[in-house]
Amino acid sequence: MAEPTLSVRDLSIVYQARRGQVQAVRNISFDVERGEAVALIGESGSGKTTVGLGLMRLLPATANIIGGSIVYRRYKNGSNSASRETEVLALKGDNLRQFRWRECAMVFQSALNALNPVLRISEHFADTAKAHGYLSGYRQGTALRERSWQLLSMVRLDPERVWRSFPHELSGGMRQRVLIALALLLEPQLLILDEPTTALDILTQRNIMDVLKELRDKLGFSMLFISHDLALAAELADRVATVYAGKIIEVGDVRTIFRRPYHPYTIGLIKAVPTLTSDKSSLVSVPGSPPDLIQLPTGCKFHPRCPLADERSQQEEPALIEVEPGHHVACWHWTHAREALKAYRAET
Amino acid sequence: MSEPLITLEHVTRTFTVKGQTIKAVDDVNLTIPQGEMLCLVGESGCGKTTTGKMIAGLLPTSAGRILYHGKDIATIAGNDRKAYRLGVQMVHQDPYASLNPTQTIYDILAAPLQHHGFTRGEYETKRRICHLLEIVDLTPPDDFLEKYPHQLSGGQRQRVSVARALTVLPTFIVADEAVSMVDVSIRISLLNMFARLKDEMGVGVLLITHDLALAKYFAWEGRIGVMYLGRLVEIGPARQVVEHPQHPYTQVLLSAIPEADPDATRAKPRVALRSTDMPSLLRLPTGCTFHPRCPVFAGEVCENIVPPLEKANWGSEAACHLVHANES
Ligand SMILES: Nc1ncnc2c1ncn2[C@@H]1O[C@H](COP(=O)(O)OP(=O)(O)OP(=O)(O)O)[C@@H](O)[C@H]1O
Ligand SMILES: Nc1ncnc2c1ncn2[C@@H]1O[C@H](COP(=O)(O)OP(=O)(O)OP(=O)(O)O)[C@@H](O)[C@H]1O
Ligand code: SF4
Ligand code: SF4
Ligand SMILES: [Mg+2]
Ligand SMILES: [Mg+2]
Repeated sequence: MAEPTLSVRDLSIVYQARRGQVQAVRNISFDVERGEAVALIGESGSGKTTVGLGLMRLLPATANIIGGSIVYRRYKNGSNSASRETEVLALKGDNLRQFRWRECAMVFQSALNALNPVLRISEHFADTAKAHGYLSGYRQGTALRERSWQLLSMVRLDPERVWRSFPHELSGGMRQRVLIALALLLEPQLLILDEPTTALDILTQRNIMDVLKELRDKLGFSMLFISHDLALAAELADRVATVYAGKIIEVGDVRTIFRRPYHPYTIGLIKAVPTLTSDKSSLVSVPGSPPDLIQLPTGCKFHPRCPLADERSQQEEPALIEVEPGHHVACWHWTHAREALKAYRAET
Repeated sequence: MSEPLITLEHVTRTFTVKGQTIKAVDDVNLTIPQGEMLCLVGESGCGKTTTGKMIAGLLPTSAGRILYHGKDIATIAGNDRKAYRLGVQMVHQDPYASLNPTQTIYDILAAPLQHHGFTRGEYETKRRICHLLEIVDLTPPDDFLEKYPHQLSGGQRQRVSVARALTVLPTFIVADEAVSMVDVSIRISLLNMFARLKDEMGVGVLLITHDLALAKYFAWEGRIGVMYLGRLVEIGPARQVVEHPQHPYTQVLLSAIPEADPDATRAKPRVALRSTDMPSLLRLPTGCTFHPRCPVFAGEVCENIVPPLEKANWGSEAACHLVHANES
């Protein structure tokens, strides 16, 4: 099998805050295979966006990548071996600029405000192309327009109408689609989407999800979703990783994670989402609140909220280990967590 | 049914935008009994918040009346007016904007208690505040009294807003769910808290949300109302609306929702819209305003005649020319 498009190893990122160091990402490792869609799920403040910004090297000045590596592999169309391997953390200047957008593009969490209000949509495409030296020279005008219009149609927008518009003339869902089209302009092999549907309406969300599925079928890029929306992950991801307190605590194939999760936090998270078909009594919230990332709990970071925590959990942090092919879990009690939680719930 | 607490009669609200009049809420009729759990769902801009604000008396109606215990809230006076003012409270969509950042949680909660004479003296006020913080699960209360809103998480702030609404012992709360406040476990525990308030204190809730699965869960024994472009197009018992949607728009919404189950969500049949564009309130379609997008559009009748909200099946009412109650 070909090597992954992206291999993240032991990535750690901290923010300097007044009260101390925020340990936003702690020793995270994961791969994104060629053409694969991976979802990072977890509650607010768990460090998901920070991972995305770290991969793009777009962290704010108060952030520091204190360790790890991010290896990106470029594949030529149709080829099965990587033509180039890049250590993203070592990139500088022009090379870094080339990496962003050309290799890896991100649609940001606050995307709805990400477009410049005084520029027409056409100018956003032109600026992006120019900034990255795409389609330069005399051909630029027509070729760029052709490519942009093609992308706008792919995200189900009417290019004629949208091209000359200002951002405020478009709805939230339309702007989100413009940003997706813009991210794809330079044919990146990896698209990072941070909460791509969170602020949107049901029908617009549906539209964006369908658009993403179609694009991926047509263009074959890899995707990394960052979301608290489990339903989005269930629908679009091939693999799902649960993030808690800056660490991946479980990762596996999408069906495995939703059907047979082993980690008490993943189990809790899935139980806390109401679905149209679920019964009222099956819904349980995860008690307690997220940990303070400046003063992390000892041992397993989930222990203050975990019904199965014991002395060992309080003292030693479990490592992420492969418990079945492709299914990794970081919990001392993964073998019997599901049964134990069921028994616990029946008691209380 | 018990005596209605709140009644909306032909309630309409218009706004003037760029010199043009838009109908944000159009001829809504609704009767809310005491202690009901009611959800309003619908796409952004369909008039949910505007409806909630009118019920809470924060926005006057342009036409139609709202009754509280049978009295028109526009003309209600004296003790009845005070009872209404305190009885119906709104918890705002954005907990960031609605709490004064320069006040501690103690101050935020003490002000209404003392202003309305619910407590006297610091000792009693503090005891009551601690009790309120416990009700909304901010425990131990002592940890929160001296904190400022920015020192709390979004979910905690939302709880403070609820505690503030509870200071005046309301009978009805209008809770507008922020779309940005999406953390699943926080949402569920907030909703469980509302359910407890109903059980223990008989407080009814109108929950405004985009999330139909959440609405079903929340209003399990209550009702869901679906709004589209300012109109109530379907209302009925929560579980029935989700399991047996009557109006084509409700059917489209339900089919569009992704489910947190990879097999179910990928196999789910989708009802496609004729057009994905939401019409502008400035140029409302004629007749049934859903007709340009409706998957079962039936021609002229839909284009020309506004369908009234009428009895349909499964205890629901729907506003569609094609939906009729089965004879039984
Ligand atoms: N610029 C910053 N300075 C200090 N701390 C920060 C900064 N940005 C984020 N953090 C902290 O880092 C942690 C991780 O934040 P991050 O935005 O990655 O979380 P997230 O999982 O994306 O959350 P959400 O789901 O709410 O978007 C949080 O505790 C947050 O408060
Ligand atoms: N003060 C106002 N002035 C002008 N137009 C307004 C005003 N308040 C609301 N509107 C318009 O009325 C319509 C209904 O708005 P409302 O806030 O009730 O929608 P909503 O259903 O709560 O939407 P969301 O789900 O986005 O919160 C929208 O088109 C909105 O732009
Ligand atoms: S290691 Fe212990 S505390 Fe952590 S999730 Fe497993 S059982 Fe719970
Ligand atoms: S009245 Fe006509 S257009 Fe409106 S929902 Fe019914 S079938 Fe569709
Ligand atoms: Mg984020
Ligand atoms: Mg609203």
